[in-house]
Amino acid sequence: MEIRPIFASLRKHRIPALLIVLEIALACAVLCNAVFMISQRVNDIRLPSAIDEQGLVAVTLRGTDDKLVGSDIPRNLAALRGIAGVQQAAVTSSLPLSTNNWGWSFGVNADSVIANQKNINVSLYFIGENGDKALGLHVLHGRFFNADELADSKFDTAPLPETHAVVMTRAAAENFWPGQSALGKTIYSKPYYYTVVGVVEDVLRPNVSTTNTRKSYDAVYFPMSAAGSKGALSYYILRGAPQDRDRIMREAEQKLAELNPGAVAKGQIYVDIREKYFADMSSMAWMLVLVCVVMLAVTAFGIVGLTSFWVGQRRRQIGIRRAVGATRRHIMQYFQTENLLLTTAGVVIGMGLAFGINVYLMQHYEMSRMPWYYLPGGALALWLLGQASVFGPAQKAASVPPVVATRSV
Amino acid sequence: MFAYYLELALRSLKRNRVLTALMVMALALGIGATITTLTVLRLLSGDPLPQKSARLFYPQIDPNAKEGYIEGQTKPDSIMTYVDAMNLLQAHRGTHQAVMALTQAKVMPKQANARPFFSDAVMTTADFFAMFDAPFQYGGGWTAADDDGRAQLVVIAGFLNDKLFAGANSVGRMIRVNDQDLRIVGVLKPWAPQPRFYAQDLGGRSYGDGDAVFLPLQTARAMEMGPQDIECYAAVPDIKHIETAPCEWLGVWVELNGNEAVAGYKTFLDGYVKQQVALGRFQRTETSLLDLMGWLRQEQVVPDDVRLQAGLAFGFLLICVVNTVGLLLAKCLRRSGEIGVRRALGATRREIFTQFMVEAGIVGLAGGVLGLLFAELGLLGIRHQPAQYASLAHLDFEMFLFTFVVALVASLIAGILPAWRACVLAPAPQLKAA
Repeated sequence: MEIRPIFASLRKHRIPALLIVLEIALACAVLCNAVFMISQRVNDIRLPSAIDEQGLVAVTLRGTDDKLVGSDIPRNLAALRGIAGVQQAAVTSSLPLSTNNWGWSFGVNADSVIANQKNINVSLYFIGENGDKALGLHVLHGRFFNADELADSKFDTAPLPETHAVVMTRAAAENFWPGQSALGKTIYSKPYYYTVVGVVEDVLRPNVSTTNTRKSYDAVYFPMSAAGSKGALSYYILRGAPQDRDRIMREAEQKLAELNPGAVAKGQIYVDIREKYFADMSSMAWMLVLVCVVMLAVTAFGIVGLTSFWVGQRRRQIGIRRAVGATRRHIMQYFQTENLLLTTAGVVIGMGLAFGINVYLMQHYEMSRMPWYYLPGGALALWLLGQASVFGPAQKAASVPPVVATRSV
Repeated sequence: MFAYYLELALRSLKRNRVLTALMVMALALGIGATITTLTVLRLLSGDPLPQKSARLFYPQIDPNAKEGYIEGQTKPDSIMTYVDAMNLLQAHRGTHQAVMALTQAKVMPKQANARPFFSDAVMTTADFFAMFDAPFQYGGGWTAADDDGRAQLVVIAGFLNDKLFAGANSVGRMIRVNDQDLRIVGVLKPWAPQPRFYAQDLGGRSYGDGDAVFLPLQTARAMEMGPQDIECYAAVPDIKHIETAPCEWLGVWVELNGNEAVAGYKTFLDGYVKQQVALGRFQRTETSLLDLMGWLRQEQVVPDDVRLQAGLAFGFLLICVVNTVGLLLAKCLRRSGEIGVRRALGATRREIFTQFMVEAGIVGLAGGVLGLLFAELGLLGIRHQPAQYASLAHLDFEMFLFTFVVALVASLIAGILPAWRACVLAPAPQLKAA
């Protein structure tokens, strides 16, 4: 394919050619960044969390009398276990992604106080008997709490419980003691100290950081007795088969409301808690998808419109070329190559622009660096789009009969 | 003359329906996206109390330990301890001042078989209502004496009054909050500043419905109601008595009239902090006294995503405008013969230019009308989103007008290049070619 005649003709149509290049450049820049943002959000929405999310049901019971929880919680749990399909029931203070966060900071030295800069901020989960089984936690090292630890732990006036055993996630253990086993080691926040008896597979915190997922798993489990919980154990968690979860949720909510007339019971299946937490993010992702699709459509229409115009303008030249021996295929190729040249110019500028926008967003928003392969990816998408949209007009051009050349001037 | 251009333009647009439809459609999509996101952005970055915001100030101080403090750089904390909040309140240096924290109130309806429910509540002090211009439907607020006396009273929002008392004047009646009876002294008219500036950093959401229950801070604390958010900066021996613990959980607002009063208050605040340093309570001397809008800016209350969406929409509009330029240009170059004839018959360059700009303007207006439709659709979509501000997304009259301004400006900018190309065309060769 001879390229020089294409350049010659483009030089005669500088402005329309520039417009196509500009449009493709802008589309490429926006597309790369938008797709990158979509992928980041999809990653966040899918952050793994090692609990049985599919079978989990949570009912919060708030407004209870703190003095009676010691007898109320065992009674409520016994009633909940009576619901058909419930395999495990337990109480806890909060759940991953529930936004109900209780944070504290600990250090690894005996003199660490709460305000220490080197401390690690963690989310605290207080959990009652069988809580590990109800959540479906995976113990990786050590063990979960034994009966004594659970029975002895209670809140007094202090903000942290009177116990010395904790279980933490693998990520928290790694952050406290990089490269070492956490078992038997102690975390401090003077005057409190807790020794790690077990490490569980990573569970998300009630609130996660979208910029630093390394910190999203810094969670520590504390044992808690019903009698000493002072209202902290307000989440009833039930585990059953995924197909039963909606029914279990309704029945559990009703049962807890009946048993506790002065309190407010509210049931949710866990998958809804996750969905609600990421709802804003997923609607943003969908909006970005919509913008990308519409933008690509507009770009395609623009290419179709301008190329059709060119075809119309060059009917005579096409006719002459056909008359002197060019095949339909040659004419098609001419327009396809022309489009390829324009798109290439567009994506080269577009990739630079995309990179620039990414750098700007990194400075002004919580955005990370776009991996390099988004740039050729965007370029490829626009090449394909360009070829697809030029196909129709090029075919129209190829069907110009040679006889046009002979028509009167 | 203008009518003639209009006729020419309409005729030319009709001749090439597909191309015209493509132009209008592309422009409308760009405008629809821009107006939708701008409406949301304007809604979220608006002034919650336009008549008063310039007079409301948010004092900040810093009780943290010296470690990590860089003088002149470390920002003071966004909320305050009980001790400091009360000291500032009782100093009475502003026209009005109030301290506040958010909490959850369990409300028990009187009706038989009714279930209790939780409502958003504010624990605050007497000046809250007068300072924030909260309008009363019935009754009024409480007094400083009620604050000190832990009076068993409450102010409720109109929507809670509707729910519990079917909208009747409930002043003087009792409401059961957290298993205690409180006397209603006032019922508010609908009042929900957007953003809910006074709740910023107190552990609540920024947008959405207003609060339902307002009660004196001391009364609420006597009922053991706790704040939504507590930040502690030193070891806490007793979390139950947060009044004496080294923990921050209150926001303070002050109304100050005039620059002199503001400067005076800043001096007072600096003096207060120095005094606390001298007493050994504080180690850091940084203070801040931002006005309401300054505070919202510092808090970056508008979500990043909303600003990103607006930027994205503008990028999209730019693509649509470039697209329209291309298509208009294609159309006008195709008509070089017609332009040649008009020029030969005596039309000046200016007239040709005007004619093509009118054509572009028509495309713009059509794009605006269709874009308005897209914007309404977009806002409808946003109202069905889960965001806190979803229900507030409506197109107002100003944005309605703005849509047409954007549409016209966009299309006229798009029209300049093709119109200029058309008017500089030399008539003779075109006539020959035809």
